[in-house]
Amino acid sequence: MASLIETTACEGLLPVATQDVTLGELPFACITSVAPFDGRQDAVAAALKAMGLGWPGPGQSVRAGDAACFWAGRDQAFLIGAAPEGLAGIAALTDQSDGWARMHLEGPGAEAVLARLIALDLRPAAFPEGAVARTGLGHMMAVLLREGPQSFQIMVFRSMAGTAVHNLHQAMRAIAARAAV
Amino acid sequence: MRLTCPLCGDRDRREFHYYGAEVYADRPDAGAALDAWDDYLHLRDNPAGETRDLWYHEIGCSAWIVVTRDTVSHRILQTALLTARQRQVGKFVYQEGDLREVPAKPGAATGGERP
Repeated sequence: MASLIETTACEGLLPVATQDVTLGELPFACITSVAPFDGRQDAVAAALKAMGLGWPGPGQSVRAGDAACFWAGRDQAFLIGAAPEGLAGIAALTDQSDGWARMHLEGPGAEAVLARLIALDLRPAAFPEGAVARTGLGHMMAVLLREGPQSFQIMVFRSMAGTAVHNLHQAMRAIAARAAV
Repeated sequence: MRLTCPLCGDRDRREFHYYGAEVYADRPDAGAALDAWDDYLHLRDNPAGETRDLWYHEIGCSAWIVVTRDTVSHRILQTALLTARQRQVGKFVYQEGDLREVPAKPGAATGGERP
C-alpha cells in the first residue's frame, strides 16, 4: 500500500505578509461544482434553498454560516463547505475539493495588489461584498470573491498554486516598496 | 479593447478567444454533401458593414458569445449568448432581451459615416 502524503495546495508557500497586506491559505473545504440539467434550474434552486442557500445570479454568491454557493460560470455554481444534499439527479455534480487552491488576501492594500494582476474594476461600488468574478489572475483562470471592504478570496487551479502565490507576493512587495519611497 | 459578456459585463479582450464568423457554430450534419462541408470549412463572407463573430469567454464564464460589429466603423453593436440564438426559416434570430446593446463611445465613428 502506497503511503500518500496529505498536503494542502499552498503548504509551505503561505502565509506571506507585507506591511499592508497578508496572503494566507483558507482551510480545506468540500467544493462541488453544480451544473443543473436542462430544465431543472428551478429544482436545483429549491434544493439549494432547502440548505439555507440559493442559486446565485451571475457574479453573485450566497452565504449561510460556513457554507457558500458561488456563481462559477454559465449555468454553473460552486457549492463550498457543504455536502450537495438533494441535488443528485437534477444537476451534474463534480467533487472538486482537491482541484483548487483557495487563498485569502486581506489588508488596506489588497485592492491595489489585485489591480496589478486583474483587469477588473474592484472598487467597492463596482465589486461589492459578496460579488464573484471568474476572471484572469495574471495568465491564470481564477475565481475572485470580495469578502469585506479589505478582504478577498481567490481560487486558482491547484496546479497553479505556486505561480499564483509567487505573482501575488511579488505584487504585494511592489506595492509595499512603492509605499516606502 | 473590451467586450461586453452578457453574463460578466465589460471584460478585457485578453479573457476571450476568437472563433471567427458566426457560421462556425452551424456545423453540417455528418452525412451532409461535400459542398456543405467545403462551405462550412473554407468559405466566409467578407462584408463591408455589419457582421457577427463568435468569441469564447475562456478566462471567464466559459460562455460562447455572438458579437455583432461593423467592419467599416469598427463599432461593436451587440453581444448575446450563443445559446439564446433561435433558428427561424433560413436565419437565426435573438429575443429582444437576450441582446446587449453596446453604447457608442463619445467621438467614435458610426455606421452613418461610411464612405
